[in-house]
Amino acid sequence: MSADPKGVLTGVHFLDGDHACCEGALAAGCRVVFGYPITPSTEVVERIARRIPTVGGVFVQMEDEIASSIAIQGAAWGGQKVMTVSSGPGISLMMEHIGYAAMTETPCVFINVQRAGPSTGLPTLAAQGDMMQARWGSHGDYEIIAISPNSPQECFELTVHAFNLAERFRVPVMFMMDESVGHMTERVVIPNPEQLKIENRQPPTGPKEEFLAYRPKKNMVPEMAPVGAGYKIHVTGLTHDERGYPVMTPEVQHGLVVRLVDKIRKQRDQICINEEEQIEDAEVVIVAYGITSRVVLRTLQMARDKGLKVGVFRPVVVWPFPEERLRQLAKQVKAFVVPELNLGQVVLEVERIAAGDAKTILVPHAGGGLHDPLQILQVVEEVLR
Amino acid sequence: MSKATNPVESYLRMDRMPSIWCPGCGIGIVVNCFARALQQMGVDHDELAVVSGIGCTGRIAGYVDIDSFHTTHGRPIPFATGLKVARPDLKVIVMSGEGDLVSIGGNHLIHAARRNSDVKVICVNNFTYAMTGGQAGPTAPRHSIATTAPYGSFDKPFNLPFLADSTGAVYVARWTTYHVRQLTRSMAEAMSKPGFCFIEVISPCPTIFSRRNRLGDGLDAMRYYKNSSKVVNGANTRMVGLDLNGPIIVGKFIDRDRPTLLEAMDEEIGSKLGKRYVPYATTGVQR
Ligand SMILES: Cc1ncc(C[n+]2csc(CCOP(=O)(O)OP(=O)(O)O)c2C)c(N)n1
Ligand code: SF4
Repeated sequence: MSADPKGVLTGVHFLDGDHACCEGALAAGCRVVFGYPITPSTEVVERIARRIPTVGGVFVQMEDEIASSIAIQGAAWGGQKVMTVSSGPGISLMMEHIGYAAMTETPCVFINVQRAGPSTGLPTLAAQGDMMQARWGSHGDYEIIAISPNSPQECFELTVHAFNLAERFRVPVMFMMDESVGHMTERVVIPNPEQLKIENRQPPTGPKEEFLAYRPKKNMVPEMAPVGAGYKIHVTGLTHDERGYPVMTPEVQHGLVVRLVDKIRKQRDQICINEEEQIEDAEVVIVAYGITSRVVLRTLQMARDKGLKVGVFRPVVVWPFPEERLRQLAKQVKAFVVPELNLGQVVLEVERIAAGDAKTILVPHAGGGLHDPLQILQVVEEVLR
Repeated sequence: MSKATNPVESYLRMDRMPSIWCPGCGIGIVVNCFARALQQMGVDHDELAVVSGIGCTGRIAGYVDIDSFHTTHGRPIPFATGLKVARPDLKVIVMSGEGDLVSIGGNHLIHAARRNSDVKVICVNNFTYAMTGGQAGPTAPRHSIATTAPYGSFDKPFNLPFLADSTGAVYVARWTTYHVRQLTRSMAEAMSKPGFCFIEVISPCPTIFSRRNRLGDGLDAMRYYKNSSKVVNGANTRMVGLDLNGPIIVGKFIDRDRPTLLEAMDEEIGSKLGKRYVPYATTGVQR
């Protein structure tokens, strides 16, 4: 399907990542947004508040992030594409409802413009410290999708994609920006509505009397019935059977939770997006995501200038993690060097997947700034020595 | 509509009966009144949705044969606000306990009342956290015994009608589960009225609250409600606070008009943006 032209601001713009993200949401067809202001994500909701009434949508500033993160889910069941936007402390407050969305299979997008933590931390400065929280911050076993853009252009394009994935898989999608991407202004090209691929949730196809709200289809995702159409659905965060009714047995728990996890883990090939630079002959591969994936391009250039066989691997979608491709690379390379604006989160996955086939070295940074490309180069040189 | 022996059964998920509620519990009476109100109003199943939080009362969503949502503890009101924003054509009813709506969800309650979110809140007040075994809650009367107040509750309980009134609700009533006719009528009135409506239902929890406070069984509760309640429609809500085993003022206290959240939004933004405003309602609500 192509986009609703009302929401698409076709043209060439100079926008920061926050503003571009807002345009991506409107282009994707998001028409209901609830939020609560917090630096450095506030610009997203400010632009939404200005723009959404002109495209037939509603923004309400809620009393807090807890309310925002559940109000969007009410609207999602009301048939809308929805998102909320926050950072650090606000994202922490939303955690229970990320679990609720995962359990009830409610399509929704959570924009997280990451700032340095823990707690109030550095409100105005970048970090990538929420990667593990994004994956498993709510209690219990579940899987979500997390996307990590590295430019305002991607904040537009990948926000559209985030909505598509949320609709297709009926999961919360975590859009993991950071302060520097959010506040960086660059050229953003917004295409014509017909050029945008838009996906919508699958409505019920069979007879109404036979419809079961939580019976999975071939892609492990159940069809989503709209409210007020006679399906009389029941939605609960309790463990539930295919009717959606609570059932308190280990068997039903197993069936449900394994499916919720498998619909993402086993369909990774449809979700993962990676970028690779000069990987063919690489002996060392730098694994980086988000803003750090841009910083390391400078490292790459310096390394290649010195004749070092270095490549860059970037998971654009960080969760689910691109295991297969990294496992292949682990057999090819001497080492993975993993710079992150945290003290070691995604590196744990890289190390697990490398499983001793390649060395894995973290280049940590507690956040508040970006890595110095030279510092990463030194680590690379050390490995190759 | 399926053929049912008892007319209210058409609004219930009979395939889920019997319910989890104890004999003598008031929650079933509230559900019955709700179903009767729908029946009297002639509301079709597809014209409404029910949203609950967590608790014994929160299980209501699981027993009504209507699109229904059992959300998280304390959050049914913002969920309902989101649903109502997306589907302004539906009646959205919140049914939950006082612990859920007023303690953990208290912030949402007062803000939904303030903005006049067009949802109807039916708050079952049994003075305790029943589902978790009888801890003290935001309406636990002074001196009442709870597992977490073994020597008696010592902090001041909320007066719910006063709270709802002072934060902006357009309709506020209180009944007990003894007052089934009045409660049913109030529910119908609230569902027909635009804006944030709040009905408190004083309801017995014989298994936990009554037993622990030596208040007898379900029948004793009814006797108490009958003998100790007084209907004062239009009462000053400031004066309707409750004490353990004391008098209960019931009635319709508030019925006023004020623009709803979406009406106020349309008016404000419409007046500023003029033709550039594309009201949500005109975009054809998605089915
Ligand atoms: C976030 C969270 N905190 C605590 C609980 C545990 N809990 C479940 S029900 C409940 C109290 C319910 O009390 P009330 O709303 O008065 O309902 P009742 O059971 O009395 O009908 C609590 C504390 C929970 N489910 N979630
Ligand atoms: S514990 Fe109390 S409130 Fe819960 S079902 Fe039993 S009587 Fe009702």
